Amino acid sequence: MTVPLLAGARPAVRARGGLGRLVPVITVVFFLVLLLAPGLLSRTGPIDTTDAFLSPPSAGHWFGTDQLGRDVLSRTVFGARPVLAASLLGVVVAVVAGVALGVAAGTAPRWLNAVLMRVVDVLLALPVLLIALILIATAGSGVRSIVIALGVAFTPGFARVVESSVRKLRTAEYVQAAEVFGSTALRTSVRHLLPNLMTEVVVLASSAVGWAVLTASTLSFLGLGVQLPQPDWGSDLAAGATSLATSWWLATFPGLAITVTILLANFSGDQLMTLLDPREGVRLKQSLPRLLGRRPARAVHPGTTTDPVPTVEKEAAS
Amino acid sequence: MTFVLRRLGSAVPVVLGITLVAFLLIHAIPGDPATTILFGANASTEQIAALRTQLGLDRPLLTQYLDFLSQLIHGDLGTSYLTSNSVAHELLSRAPSTIVLAVAAIVVAVVVGVPLGLAAGARPGTVLDQVARGVSFLGVAIPYFFLALLLVLLLSVRLDWLPAIDDGTPKGLILPAVSLGWGYAAILTRLVRGRIIEEYRSEYVRSARARGCGEWRVLLAHALRNSSIPAITTIGLQFGNILTGAAITEVIFGRAGLGSFLATSISNKNIPVVQGAIVVIGIGYVLINLVVDLVVGAVDPRTRLAGAR
Repeated sequence: MTVPLLAGARPAVRARGGLGRLVPVITVVFFLVLLLAPGLLSRTGPIDTTDAFLSPPSAGHWFGTDQLGRDVLSRTVFGARPVLAASLLGVVVAVVAGVALGVAAGTAPRWLNAVLMRVVDVLLALPVLLIALILIATAGSGVRSIVIALGVAFTPGFARVVESSVRKLRTAEYVQAAEVFGSTALRTSVRHLLPNLMTEVVVLASSAVGWAVLTASTLSFLGLGVQLPQPDWGSDLAAGATSLATSWWLATFPGLAITVTILLANFSGDQLMTLLDPREGVRLKQSLPRLLGRRPARAVHPGTTTDPVPTVEKEAAS
Repeated sequence: MTFVLRRLGSAVPVVLGITLVAFLLIHAIPGDPATTILFGANASTEQIAALRTQLGLDRPLLTQYLDFLSQLIHGDLGTSYLTSNSVAHELLSRAPSTIVLAVAAIVVAVVVGVPLGLAAGARPGTVLDQVARGVSFLGVAIPYFFLALLLVLLLSVRLDWLPAIDDGTPKGLILPAVSLGWGYAAILTRLVRGRIIEEYRSEYVRSARARGCGEWRVLLAHALRNSSIPAITTIGLQFGNILTGAAITEVIFGRAGLGSFLATSISNKNIPVVQGAIVVIGIGYVLINLVVDLVVGAVDPRTRLAGAR
């Protein structure tokens, strides 16, 4: 998943500051509200019934109501939690496991590296959705299973990228110098390798969120997420699909919600990538002020770098 | 030649690993398979024990795995718990329909994505480029099962142009292929656009122009040719996802294929079928990427060195 993700998602023309830079902030606020306080966006609860059955969108019910008279707006707002929580947690699990596996494999002796990376290759050869379906078949359905499934399914992608970066970084002079001065493998990993991997991992993780949301909603669309009558984008979309011809609003709004979420996640990922492009070797720390908008984004021409970038990192990232 | 051998050699452990994952599945699923087949409570302990012996579950794990492998080499994927038919037969009879859909989706992706990416990459910043960017952003974001519903709502329910249920005719294939292929068209658009922009900055394009090459020739013979390799590789890497996507799209459009079969097998814990599917999909993916790498290696000799340490 990672290779095409990274290659395809890399914007060739850099986004020009301005409003685009606010998108990650808007996205984070939007996600937080949906996760922690969905009540802010909807007056009625997701399983409260009214006597308006299947009414189309109106001033009273902006997104209409369903067969039981439940407000679709409310269900859409509250239905975010299972999908978002599962995808974000899944990505966190995958990042932690993937980075640990990648660093371990990258610093391990050659035979162990070969064993670990063949395991990663096997997992990469199985489609993400198939891995998730198999895990859910063994662990049962539910949000927790989806988190585990996403975590396992996305781990090999992170491990593969991190491992190849670690292998390149280990030949860097400052890493070799640290080893000469008696730095232990653990210390080298934590002090020298991890900080240099951060940018790449942040960029990868932000672009993985969109895929995770897509996968999580696919799984709940298949009925493997939360149990009814709890709201959930995927299962509400599936439920609305059966009455598509008569009441289009039932499936359309949860579907739009998924689309907007993935759109925001991808756009934020792109913005982050522009700010933290690993190819420029800009350290996360140096880029943070720019992320917060204190310094204007500079015009970048390929081949010229104005930042004081350690040359080793440029080699490592090329 | 060493490249071919090295590439083949690296595929072997992966294939073995896939078979191991598939094999271990039978032991990972909670509950004894023999009990599951006999529907638990009503079967006597003797019956369960007899079935365990019949299935070979009472032997050491390694023996079981080697048996599993040798059956696999002979093309035997076991028998379905439910129908007692051979799994290989059940999978093979359904696979063509899924593969046809996956290939149709790839065709949609290439036919839409490559020209759009070319046009956008050749003239970045123009209206066309903005449109292409919008299409690709939306294409990646819309889940294919939602796009399928929107297309059915618009083109079948409202306009009545195309059938909402896939009836096996070529016309019925259009909506599933477009819903599934659109997301990959978006990925290809972004990829080709980015590559073309990069190729246009390269020395060889400048020298081609200096030699007096026409714009079309520069675009199609030089820039596109060099951009096609990452595009082919991407499709190869996405093949597994396209295949599972095809399986789900089939369920939405009521098309007979691997999708609904696999879904019911997973929920029924019909393990031999799931094992067979893992082996077939996994090995299919490895083979396709093997072919992709060999083709790319033949087209672009530089990539042959990539894997060498």
